[in-house]
Amino acid sequence: MSLPVSLGRPASEPRRLPGSGALNRVGRAVRSNRKATAGAALLVLFLLLALFPGVIAKDSPTDDAYLPKLGLSTAHLLGTTSYGQDMWAQVIWGTRNVLIIAFAVGLGTTAIAVLIGVAAAYLGGAWDGGLNILTDVLLVIPLFPMLIVITAYLHSGGTLVLIVVITTVSWSYTARQLRSQALTLRNRDFLEAARVRGERKLYIIVVEVIPTMTSLIVASFLTNALYAVLFASSLQFIGLGDPNTVSWGTMLYWAQNNAALQTGQPMWVLAPGVCIAALGAAFALLNYAFDEIGNPALRPVRKIRAPKTRGQA
Amino acid sequence: MRYALRRLSFFVFTLWAALTFNFLLPRLMPGNPALAMIGKFHGELGPQALNSLEILFGVNTHQSLLSQYVSYLHQIATGNFGTSLSQYPESVDSVIGSAIWWTVCLVGITTVLAFVLGTGLGIVAAWRRGGRLDSVLPPVFVIASAVPYFWVAMVLVLIFGITLHWLPIEGGFNVTGDSIGLTPQFIGDALEHAVLPSLSLLITTVGTWILTMRNTMITTLAEDYVRMARAKGLPGRRIMLDYAARNAILPNLTGFAMSLGFVVSGAILIEYVFNYPGVGFMLLQAVEGEDYPLMQALFLLITIAVLVAILIADVATALLDPRTRTAR
Repeated sequence: MSLPVSLGRPASEPRRLPGSGALNRVGRAVRSNRKATAGAALLVLFLLLALFPGVIAKDSPTDDAYLPKLGLSTAHLLGTTSYGQDMWAQVIWGTRNVLIIAFAVGLGTTAIAVLIGVAAAYLGGAWDGGLNILTDVLLVIPLFPMLIVITAYLHSGGTLVLIVVITTVSWSYTARQLRSQALTLRNRDFLEAARVRGERKLYIIVVEVIPTMTSLIVASFLTNALYAVLFASSLQFIGLGDPNTVSWGTMLYWAQNNAALQTGQPMWVLAPGVCIAALGAAFALLNYAFDEIGNPALRPVRKIRAPKTRGQA
Repeated sequence: MRYALRRLSFFVFTLWAALTFNFLLPRLMPGNPALAMIGKFHGELGPQALNSLEILFGVNTHQSLLSQYVSYLHQIATGNFGTSLSQYPESVDSVIGSAIWWTVCLVGITTVLAFVLGTGLGIVAAWRRGGRLDSVLPPVFVIASAVPYFWVAMVLVLIFGITLHWLPIEGGFNVTGDSIGLTPQFIGDALEHAVLPSLSLLITTVGTWILTMRNTMITTLAEDYVRMARAKGLPGRRIMLDYAARNAILPNLTGFAMSLGFVVSGAILIEYVFNYPGVGFMLLQAVEGEDYPLMQALFLLITIAVLVAILIADVATALLDPRTRTAR
């Protein structure tokens, strides 16, 4: 199966970086855990939709070429909007916008969090103090209201703006987690060895510390991607995104503005919402699976009773 | 004591950071949108109102940023948040004062309900590990954690409001029939209007409580003292509640104290879907109407609520769990 696609960059085979072992373990774990398999399959499906939307949705998502408020039919699988746009096309083409935001924010926040969290833990002293205060302050200021206030001032909530704003404010939780994980590594022997070898601090952080935290980093990416989907859709829903983008949140915005529920067009609300939930569930499923991989106590009992020989640490 | 002091100073620092964020944001934005909006009201605003808005947003001031900052902090400290632009000439304070009770009642009660229900279910799920409840719940959470709050609200509107016609889907009370007051009719009406928003919130928040409780409780159940209690032949109920749950509830209690802070901001989108007359709906109306003074004040209020709750949560943890007192 082509599962590792969902995990971003699979480790290339020939190079023997310390991280590649961890990534292989993750890949194997994804295949052996039912939740992870379901999540990965869903995510691959959405990725394919985002890459090739035209294959199953021939109509243009923005063209108001049809009669408004049509019901479900073979020509318009989900009917049309009050403006005469094909809803099936909107849902399918909308996948791309959401996935771009999910991956960009997921990668961005995780990268910032890794840098800040690990640097704080490893450098210690004043660095740790300073970065810690920054993280703590961002951690306690309520995220969603802050996002609302910032995007309200910015006026144009284009996709790039949403990505940048969400990324800048929402890395703190991950940074906190990674810092505590890195702190437990700080006095391990292999890092002492690297120090004695005279490696530079940057080298130690990038090559020695970060690869040992691969599974936590992947899990953080998944959580952040899930939150990005929810935050971005919510902002688009209340009209703080660009209302002309084709995306699920924007669909919900137009549906709400046209009182879709009250005027007998429930599909306008149901379809994009189900998609958001399904994409979110894909990330959440993968994430729960990683939780179970990391903390064996949480695994379903059945598996503990019948252990397989294919054990992993 | 040192710990308490450190937490307190962090609290003050964060408050200062939030204030500074509020001060800098409109001034850093290209063209200061607040300035443009206030400009539209120039003829209508009285000199005093204009002056306070100038201090808050830096309208027309030729002072240095530093002296603007000092007068800004001074004005906030005296509790003057300016005049609401969308509901002119009311002051921001009085506009918020009329909305806050709706939110506190709706979200506050729902938060308590969600906590009690979720913790109870979590205890049972962990106790009957692998049982029916425990096997049904996890997949339900996966979906629940991925569904946007506001969409749950919309689906409930569709089912109970539009299809079944059971419950009202808009507002906090019957605007045409009621006058606000503590009459039985008004209270009944307000309760009826609160059912759907409250249910939306309950559905979307209860999962976290169940999951945290279940997971900590599973860890506690593996402890030796629980095994000891079993070996002594104590009744299962007693082990479940007095031995395992009692020790496992700490994270949930801290979480509960914390979530009280999110009461103010927790239901922004749900209030929006139902046009519920609370603080969250007001925040979005302020955004839509470019009522920056109101928006800023609400954001500050939300932040302070969270900060206070975190402080309470810290104190509660320190009081309830002796280990945290010595560990730091």
